[in-house]
Amino acid sequence: MKKTGAQIIVELLTRQGVKTIAGIPGGCNLPIYHALAESPIRHVLTRHEQGAGFLAQGMARITGKAAVCMATSGPGATNLITAIADAKLDSVPLVAITGQVSCDMIGADAFQEVDTYGLTLPITKHNFLVRHASELLTVIPEAFRIAQSGRPGPVAVDVTKNAQTETCEFTAWPEPGEADGNPECPRETLERMAARINEAKRPILYAGGGVCASGAAGLLRAVAEKASIPVVNTLMAMGCLPHGHPLNLGLLGMHGARHVNLAMEEADLIVALGARFDDRAIGKAAAFCPGADIIHVDIDRSELDKIMPGSISAAADAALTLAALLPLIKEDKRLAWNARLAAIRAENPVQYPNQLDMREPISVIRRIGALMPEDAIIATDVGQHQMWTAQVYPFARPGSFLTSGGLGTMGFGLPAAIGAALAAPSRPVICISGDGSIQMNIQELATLAETHANVKVVILNNGHLGLVRQQQELFYEGRYAASRFECRPDFAALARGYGLPGFDLGTSSDPEKILKAALTTPGPCIINAPIHPEVNVYPMVPPGAANSEMIGGKIHV
Amino acid sequence: MSETVIELTVRNHPGVMSHITGLFARRAYNLEGILCGALPGGEHSRMYLLVTADQRLGLVMRNLEKLYDVLDVRLRDDCDGSAFAHLDELVAASSRRAA
Repeated sequence: MKKTGAQIIVELLTRQGVKTIAGIPGGCNLPIYHALAESPIRHVLTRHEQGAGFLAQGMARITGKAAVCMATSGPGATNLITAIADAKLDSVPLVAITGQVSCDMIGADAFQEVDTYGLTLPITKHNFLVRHASELLTVIPEAFRIAQSGRPGPVAVDVTKNAQTETCEFTAWPEPGEADGNPECPRETLERMAARINEAKRPILYAGGGVCASGAAGLLRAVAEKASIPVVNTLMAMGCLPHGHPLNLGLLGMHGARHVNLAMEEADLIVALGARFDDRAIGKAAAFCPGADIIHVDIDRSELDKIMPGSISAAADAALTLAALLPLIKEDKRLAWNARLAAIRAENPVQYPNQLDMREPISVIRRIGALMPEDAIIATDVGQHQMWTAQVYPFARPGSFLTSGGLGTMGFGLPAAIGAALAAPSRPVICISGDGSIQMNIQELATLAETHANVKVVILNNGHLGLVRQQQELFYEGRYAASRFECRPDFAALARGYGLPGFDLGTSSDPEKILKAALTTPGPCIINAPIHPEVNVYPMVPPGAANSEMIGGKIHV
Repeated sequence: MSETVIELTVRNHPGVMSHITGLFARRAYNLEGILCGALPGGEHSRMYLLVTADQRLGLVMRNLEKLYDVLDVRLRDDCDGSAFAHLDELVAASSRRAA
């Protein structure tokens, strides 16, 4: 066979099973686009490369398979950087293919030349610079294997223009890149874990993103129910147990409910699964769960003993570990512990605002939750709206919450929601955003209009960078430096400007009726929901403090 | 704090050194010395890293093991850094020339 490098890339992506790619063409990736146009792969043209990166993330987070984004050299590649770094911190399998100037131009400060290899090095699982077409036959399958194996993550493939245009002769196509088999927990470690769990009086299961990524939510539930062990989750594991399940304590950490963080204080054993003890989850590490032993299971060996020393730990897959652990765990009602947790919850009930006030953000989110079916996908941006959504949205399924957890990237929501809707066209997708976040990738409304993806964007609009304003109120003497917007765009009109239906709950006499009509009509729309600007996210653990030192969220506060 | 030597076998290509040094920079772990040379055949290289053996050594080793281009990681606690002695002499000679 004789093919150009560009043809090799496109054929290998097709063989890999890639159906949709997000990206933007430019000078140094035009040969790839030339080949792409005659392939069965659908290309979604975004309006900014960061949008392409997040759109691909939305697809990858829903399917669990590596998704592809593309950009040209120079600014195309630098615009992708944020989305790649975001995928690294949230362990999302992504293959980012960028064009690069020809080999003979590298190092010459050529037009649109930037050291993409150097720039992507610290924010990827691995990166490649492809100098010749023949290398693509190993690099492309290898990129998918690496992105999907073990702890998933992004792989950057920078392809010089000469590698795209030159022809290469070869005899057979390589096999598509598949994930390596996942590591199991050694038998002896499993037995020690089971013994420790069985003797624990006040254990808590601590679920991280690895539980959802490995498809372990059902096994987690089985272990929890067999031994009556309550479950807390990080932001990346929302929905690992359905909302309302009696053993589901919910989100822990900086904005976790009071009773959850207080329960952690009394635990004698924490079983952390697919979690990395992020500071937003555990607060001050030295004061985290002072009375508890730690069992730590994570597929990434370098996470073990990084923050919290585990008394028993294993570099293993969460699903394989839970499956092997289940028969070793003794049935136990743990009546005293569960009664104690119920008492803590009764003493520290979650505070809800007036459900009829549609300018209360939590009331709007709960209303959305009541209107949406269980299979709805919820994407958020980053800020107060993200934390309120994590606190009160009734997640019924694992993996239905798409959010930028580790990097905390404003602008994530809209393109990720479009990607999710394209990957799961039968499921409704809601993007809950804020008026700050939505403006960080608002140009993707054009992509939404073009794809007609079933995404409803709800903008909780408080005229501020709300979480910044909140921190300034609480920790910076109420000096609101640069956190208030003077220009307040009319988002409903803006939506119509892009050819999308736009609604405004603020100008309607019956906001509930408008919200219901908008959410239940198929197809995309934008809903502006003005909220009280002074509402804060409570409780809140001050940055650097212990999780027991929560501000707010108490009765009579 | 005692010094120790990490021995790496790596793929020999431009960029591998950035991966190694980048890891140390990102994790704020100081690299006291580097010796590197191609192994026979030229496909692989051997690197010796002189580091301070503090409590983060294990974490750094586990992160090195994750690097795609790193094929083998060993702690050479039988080395005391004397392999770097000639490096010291070179540094001293440079200082004398500068003075």
